[in-house]
Amino acid sequence: MSREMTGAQIVVEALKEQGVDTVFGYPGGAVLPIYDAIFQQNDIKHILVRHEQGATHAAEGYARATGKPGVVLVTSGPGATNAVTGMTDALMDSIPMIVLSGQVPTFMIGNDAFQEADTVGITRPCSKHNWLVKDTADLAETIHQAFHIATAGRPGPVLVDIPKDVQFASAPYKTKAKAPTTHYQPQVKGDLAEITRAVEAFENAERPIIYSGGGVINSGVASSQLLRELVAGSNAPITSTLMGLGAYPASGDNWLGMLGMHGTVEANLAMHGCDYMLCVGARFDDRITGRTDAFSPDSFKVHMDIDPSSINKIIHVDVPIIGDIGHILEDFLKVWKSRGRKTKSAAIKKWWGQINEWQARNCLDYTNSSKIIKPQHALQRLEALTKNMDRYITTEVGQHQMWAAQYLNFDDPHRFMTSGGLGTMGYGLPASVGVQVAHPESLVINIAGDASFQMNMQEMATAIQFNLPVKQFILNNERLGMVRQWQQLLHGERYSQSWSESLPDFVKLAEAFGGKGILVTDPADLDEAIKEMLAYDGPVILDCVVEKHENCFPMIPSGKAHNEMILCDEETADAIDAAGKTRV
Amino acid sequence: MTLHLKKGSSRKSAYDLKNPLDELEETHTLAVLVDNEAGVLARVIGLFSGRGYNIDSLTVAETDAEGHRSRITIVTTGTPAVIEQIKAQLGLIIPVYRVNDLTVEGPSVEREMALLKVAGTGDKRVEAMRLADIFRANVVDSTLESFVFEITGTPEKIDAFTDLMRPLGLSDIARTGVAAMARGA
Ligand SMILES: Cc1ncc(C[n+]2csc(CCOP(=O)(O)OP(=O)(O)O)c2C)c(N)n1
Ligand SMILES: [Mg+2]
Repeated sequence: MSREMTGAQIVVEALKEQGVDTVFGYPGGAVLPIYDAIFQQNDIKHILVRHEQGATHAAEGYARATGKPGVVLVTSGPGATNAVTGMTDALMDSIPMIVLSGQVPTFMIGNDAFQEADTVGITRPCSKHNWLVKDTADLAETIHQAFHIATAGRPGPVLVDIPKDVQFASAPYKTKAKAPTTHYQPQVKGDLAEITRAVEAFENAERPIIYSGGGVINSGVASSQLLRELVAGSNAPITSTLMGLGAYPASGDNWLGMLGMHGTVEANLAMHGCDYMLCVGARFDDRITGRTDAFSPDSFKVHMDIDPSSINKIIHVDVPIIGDIGHILEDFLKVWKSRGRKTKSAAIKKWWGQINEWQARNCLDYTNSSKIIKPQHALQRLEALTKNMDRYITTEVGQHQMWAAQYLNFDDPHRFMTSGGLGTMGYGLPASVGVQVAHPESLVINIAGDASFQMNMQEMATAIQFNLPVKQFILNNERLGMVRQWQQLLHGERYSQSWSESLPDFVKLAEAFGGKGILVTDPADLDEAIKEMLAYDGPVILDCVVEKHENCFPMIPSGKAHNEMILCDEETADAIDAAGKTRV
Repeated sequence: MTLHLKKGSSRKSAYDLKNPLDELEETHTLAVLVDNEAGVLARVIGLFSGRGYNIDSLTVAETDAEGHRSRITIVTTGTPAVIEQIKAQLGLIIPVYRVNDLTVEGPSVEREMALLKVAGTGDKRVEAMRLADIFRANVVDSTLESFVFEITGTPEKIDAFTDLMRPLGLSDIARTGVAAMARGA
């Protein structure tokens, strides 16, 4: 028998049935009935953020740390519009997220009612799908469908807009099993003929490279295992996008480091010089390819991706394989093994000889200092002091984000959360909150910039309220460092608006929120400061004052190819031509 | 959904080996079968405007009231790579059931209907009537000073008829956009 419930109760019941234990949200007039239903139960924990954008990034952090979808609850109008940035972020980075928004009652829609906004209209381009539910009888099945669509295929954000009268009215509850299924059933198995073609070429590859991305992580932990098996069995070198870090361990023998605009020399030159490229769950983003007409000119390209629209969008490939990475890798390994696990091992050994030469350049070397803390050094010390801990890292956006990707090592998937596709400053602190909610006992560190941190710093209050001991590691260069770097390289060192005057005193700020603040300026005190941060049982802001004019290298200037990297300040003069300047 | 992926195209750089003819724009007619739910047309149009694709013509109407299905017929222009992207992107829209590229999937018929108001008297009026006859346009309204013609045919035929009517007093025109269907069973 299906029970009669109010729309608000249906929302809570459907969330429970979907296995939701945490909702990130902020109340308001149009969602009061749902908040009332939340008040009257104990199964779902509600984390009260301080800004709806914070709720969306916290949900993203939660989703990426657990593999489960993140759930957000906001009110109509400004509540919903504040969720737009996080939804767009989740869309770009393929993060499963369900946003439930209140709406003015159906009979007031279209009247410019108080806190009315066309939420489905506004969020249409930043969601995988969205719904305005006009009848309580449709509410349960819509929420069940929302979970299916957010998580199936390439994951992404969805939004369910629920008018207030629909929350008050009653209807029978429809269970997940009774809800009609949608026709949306993305292909998960890859085409075997294509997989076999990919394997044949793999067997003959003399200079192979595996280029993996976030799709491996989204596909589940088993996919990372399969990837590792393929690398170990073939001795192929492997690199990864920012989103894919941790799928193959940074401590692994075949790891070349991250590729792309701030990738390592060895990764980018191997991409450029390979004769066989296996792209596993990545999408040839412009941060990865550099100049597309000079991208990996001599390689046979295989692209595994669950999203058919990613195929041939930017780079034409020889073998497209559409499906879930786990299924495809499993079949790829099966076919390869059944044909005798062949590789051109002598040639691959020679290829490694070349790669080792590139590696010998130590492209991540930098000039350290005993007077001022170098940001790279700070991260190396953080890495050394937290290496064996149960550790999760989030980041904000800027130079510090790229340095985190370069100098911290990730040996497991789901351990690194960063805003890749959208590059959203303000992502890291709320994301760290979401990760810590999912893993209360683990160490969660947000690598932050002084500017990005201020974009959502109000979420420190959320961390305090819910006893979430997140560590905010601010690499404080008193600059919008990445902007400053581009202005140095591209705009004749005219530093327009790229420094932060009147920065807050981050120590006092931490204390004002009720957390701990630590300031470190001397390299000699760095280890102690990090240890103090780790030892404190509660939220900490570590204000690590670093060199102000450090640049992030290597760098492929916009509009250049993988083999045109610049490695140090001396090479930056005229590195970017007029065509490159127009690019982002 | 059918994807027409070019294979074996990149022994050298992806770009270098692209057939130069690839860069030429083509016009394709796409038939998109969708759930007739609120906002579905906005999703399709938003995709085209958001990603900078062209819409030369777009028609939409419910074709299966019981099944709540509508058919959207879109005529679009782009390089072959862009056309493939458009089809793949349409396929990602949740209420889209099927995308058929009538231009590549075999022969198809295309028809459009237009209403043209031509005002005039004397020789011009007679000439308009004579041409309408040649084009098999029907008169659906007439006064002593005007006709409204209804004409059905390919968009090119309607273009030609419109051009002929212009000097004869064409004062208003309404076109439906293209409806299209594959030939044969
Ligand atoms: C919301 C948002 N606004 C603007 C930008 C452009 N942007 C990219 S990096 C950056 C500077 C970041 O400064 P900070 O957080 O201090 O990091 P740093 O580069 O100094 O390490 C800016 C403004 C952005 N990525 N996101
Ligand atoms: Mg900074």
